[in-house]
Amino acid sequence: MRPFRYERATDAATAVALLGHDRSARFLGGGTNLVDLMRLGVETPGMLVDVRELAGADVTATSAGGLAIGGAVPNSDLAAHPLVRERAPLLASALLHGASGQLRNRATTAGNLLQRTRCVYFQDPTMPCNKRRPGSGCPAIEGEHRNLAILGWSEHCVATHPSDMAVALAALDALVHVEGRAGARTLSLDDLYRLPGTTPDRDTELSHDDLITAVELPPAPAGAWRYAKVRERASFSFAVVAVAAVLEMADGAVRDVRIALGGVAHRPWRARTAEQLLLGGSATSERFAEAAAAELAQARPLRCNGHKVPLAEHLIAATLTDLAEAA
Amino acid sequence: MPDRRTDPVLTELTLTVNGERRRAAIDTRTSLLDLLRETFGLTGTKNGCSHGQCGACTVLLDGRRVNACLVLAVTAQHAEVRTVEGLAADGELHPLQRAFIEHDAFQCGYCTPGQLCSAVGMLEEVARGWPSAVTGDGPPTVTPDEVRERMSGNLCRCGAYVNLVPAIVEAAR
Repeated sequence: MRPFRYERATDAATAVALLGHDRSARFLGGGTNLVDLMRLGVETPGMLVDVRELAGADVTATSAGGLAIGGAVPNSDLAAHPLVRERAPLLASALLHGASGQLRNRATTAGNLLQRTRCVYFQDPTMPCNKRRPGSGCPAIEGEHRNLAILGWSEHCVATHPSDMAVALAALDALVHVEGRAGARTLSLDDLYRLPGTTPDRDTELSHDDLITAVELPPAPAGAWRYAKVRERASFSFAVVAVAAVLEMADGAVRDVRIALGGVAHRPWRARTAEQLLLGGSATSERFAEAAAAELAQARPLRCNGHKVPLAEHLIAATLTDLAEAA
Repeated sequence: MPDRRTDPVLTELTLTVNGERRRAAIDTRTSLLDLLRETFGLTGTKNGCSHGQCGACTVLLDGRRVNACLVLAVTAQHAEVRTVEGLAADGELHPLQRAFIEHDAFQCGYCTPGQLCSAVGMLEEVARGWPSAVTGDGPPTVTPDEVRERMSGNLCRCGAYVNLVPAIVEAAR
């Protein structure tokens, strides 16, 4: 591991300025991903700016009826928080379906959003990887890609985003508050993430020195919710496919529906094609299956991950059917 | 000018380990795991995977179970750390340690210190009412299903799970 300076930031502007002056510096949250990547030689920061003690370790109710979640709130505290369990149980469930008790105790909200892909080529500095070393190539397209993307990938990168939390936040239309060199700004979670295109080295639209200070949830959507995750073992495993869904019914019809997918793309994948098809129509399992099929019609599976396509279709349809029956 | 970026960065650290105040001059790259084992000689905590995947290095940091391999020691300034060496008190084994022995909840023993510290932290999480992915409505209780879910961050290559689960359930009574 390369030697690094360590600074403990006490305010966001100072933390942002420290990174603005040093391209090799990184913000440090819980370190559950960054320290691992440093040990692997994927990340070689010359300075770590510890941002865990900045304002933003609380969960509070907003005047709009939603929630404000500090960027430094640990995942376990967030999942257990009474306000989250009451107003955003989908978020609590997604958090509890991710990682282990030890990791959730340490990992932060902002760090969870910004965790890197677990693609084996990205994590191995001896291999080419366009995300880690732009222009070096993507061995995953022809190689080990069983758990990588089926939607929205490019010839330059087929990585998936590993977060469970972010999938629930995508379904809940979360906003992300950022402190940058030009001051504070807010963007939607939808606008935070991006598809790989020709620049897969960028996971998000943030700059190097942008600090996520908080995540804001608008008032909770009405309706039944579920976080459904398919993985290779019953606990402590990344999603093969995950679905975060909220379904509101009125007189047997779909009044509101939110569907976000995890484990299938470079970003949490909001299934807007399926949502549009379902809105206002009857809530039957046949229609759920049709909408899921329409969403996955965009899929381009790789040689060894074709199983994710029917898996995602069936998981969407089964989850919505269960929610409709429960409503 | 020499390239100073390759020089180790040293810093002073003060923290409490098993109730004892400790000081050390450390390289910023030192993990909490290496600090405990190499600097303080507390070799009860084990190094398994070094990636936060196996749980062998689990310790209690300010009362919370964490993977010591992924914690940079420099971030533990003024923290309170409890390791497996700190579980027994006044010559009496911790109830979880007694339950592990009674239930034969280990074979080679390598994962045991991490299993014990993780179980201590886990039972406190249940006592605080923290839900897990398998908790239904209402406050959580220590059932076999809850133990399996909540202890999934601790692997046992010997496969002692069949005895670990009842040991932890019994110790929680």
